[in-house]
Amino acid sequence: MTSPDITRRGLVAAGGGMAAAAGLPLLLAPPVQAQSKTLTLLNVSYDATRELYKEINVAFSAFWKARTGEFLDIKQSHGGSGKQARAVIDGLQADVVTLALAGDIDEIAARAKLLPANWQSRLPINSTPYTSTIVLLVRKGNPKAIRDWADLVKPGVGVIVSNPKTSGGARWAYLAAYAYGQSKGGQAAARAYITKLFRNVPVLGAGARDATTTFAQRGIGDVLLAWENEAFLTIHEFGPNFDIVYPSSSILAEPPLALLDKNVDRHKTRVVATGYLNFLYSPQAQDIIARHHYRPRNAASAAKYAANLKPIAMVTIDQAFGGWKKAQATHFAEGGLFDQIYKPA
Amino acid sequence: MSDQTRHIGSVELRRRPWLQHSILPGFGLSLGITLTYLGAIVVLPLTALAIRPWELGLHGVWHELSAPRVASALKLSFGLSALAALLNAPLGLLLAWTLSRYEFPGRRILDALVDLPFALPTAVAGLALTAIYAPNGPLGSLAAKLGIKTAYSALGIFIALVFIGLPFVVRSLQPVLQELDHEVEEAATTLGADARQRAVRVILPAMAPSLISGVSLAFARAVGEYGSVVFIAGNLPGKTEIAPLLIVIKLESYDYAGAAAVGVAMVAISFGSLVLINGLQLALAKRGKA
Repeated sequence: MTSPDITRRGLVAAGGGMAAAAGLPLLLAPPVQAQSKTLTLLNVSYDATRELYKEINVAFSAFWKARTGEFLDIKQSHGGSGKQARAVIDGLQADVVTLALAGDIDEIAARAKLLPANWQSRLPINSTPYTSTIVLLVRKGNPKAIRDWADLVKPGVGVIVSNPKTSGGARWAYLAAYAYGQSKGGQAAARAYITKLFRNVPVLGAGARDATTTFAQRGIGDVLLAWENEAFLTIHEFGPNFDIVYPSSSILAEPPLALLDKNVDRHKTRVVATGYLNFLYSPQAQDIIARHHYRPRNAASAAKYAANLKPIAMVTIDQAFGGWKKAQATHFAEGGLFDQIYKPA
Repeated sequence: MSDQTRHIGSVELRRRPWLQHSILPGFGLSLGITLTYLGAIVVLPLTALAIRPWELGLHGVWHELSAPRVASALKLSFGLSALAALLNAPLGLLLAWTLSRYEFPGRRILDALVDLPFALPTAVAGLALTAIYAPNGPLGSLAAKLGIKTAYSALGIFIALVFIGLPFVVRSLQPVLQELDHEVEEAATTLGADARQRAVRVILPAMAPSLISGVSLAFARAVGEYGSVVFIAGNLPGKTEIAPLLIVIKLESYDYAGAAAVGVAMVAISFGSLVLINGLQLALAKRGKA
């Protein structure tokens, strides 16, 4: 679990960056050139977006330089979505958060009051410029013949997933599986299904990357419940030893983003932070998003990369669970359904 | 006059016995610094921790700690830490003996290697151990052939705890072994003691106090170990979930009070066991003097 270090490193980097931004131009640059200053932005994100934001940040820095003449230094911090939200609540000086689920940003709004409770209505389409879903990653040739959710609870199948309490991706995966169970016979069937599913989980990682490492590098388990983009990335990183299986249905995951009002006002970065978030809706960014196997909102980008985006039936969290707040309270709160799975029988 | 001073002094001493420390100058200053330092570094954070869970109420704290998942995590953490420390006692003793009593090529390198678990970032240690003991790793695959699960089981946690505890035992014993006078052993020999008697009745008693303190240090370190264990543990609630991980999971679910409750329980158990071990050490030291 590398995430605590990353968070801390993010904090240090952000601190160092801000010091550099504030101090160095004053010390080094002659007063004449003072208008071409360097701005620092810290984007606190979840585990699976490392590669996406690396490319987005380069593109946005160039875009911003061309438009305003300002140099940008965008710092990233990645980790399990819940962990990242807690770091921000505890004082990590993020300008923007791009987390795996709205519930984690709700927590930041409720506990640290860094942004208003209606944050999600401030940007287009529920503040989610892209969506994603959960797919099944199996070993090459699919030796255990895993085609759909039903195959995951068969005896002898090892399922790798992270702990939904700490990982946003795992929460979506849990909900996708639960929604499948619901479709086969309501609450009771869903409960029985999800219990059986987690009995087949030999290792619980803390973030999406933990689970990927366990599955791909340590060779544990037969199927990984993964973000769609993470599944493609695994094949890209670890070679063609894996196949992606699209189940009969999955969940429409909407990872939202928001700027943290109190922090951007303190850092005087509101303008650039707003520009950064809006940039994610631009055709250029939407193309990058699609190239990284996320599902863009922009129809033209989606059409351009249609080969990347296999159609799949998706339920939304509002349809199947009555929204995040309800899902959170029923499934992931202390003593909720997820905890009950692990009650010793 | 000097008689009188002595008289007054002894009355003073009898009435306020702690004053006898002040025979050395600087007592007030050094005690002041000691108390301030300990207060700021140890007592203050521990107090903050101890206050936190009570917002749940006595009943709430009990409810928190009696949950089967918490109980099993505490049992796992303390049980495996004790076992790991106990295994490190004979092995650490042997290592310390080899390193301080024999002269052989490469001894210094071996000696330096013992410190590695101290110096290595725990996450690196965890990753390295997992790579070796995972079912597709060099040792893990051997164990798997024998039907033994190493990484992602309680055994994996045990291995990590043995790894991080070893230097504590070795480093506590080495100075004592080096200081132990050969004359004592020679005297025992001239008095007719054989090798086994020398080891059991002369060397071991001299080392017992530092062996115990080394083992208790290793135990205390293992109880709190997080970084290396989470990689190799599997982290299944009720099975391979250690108490420090449970604390982190509770924190990440914004359950600060619940996390603090588990923390307080860990501090209480650790403190209790350390007091017990200290008592044992004292008893041993007394017997050694008698």
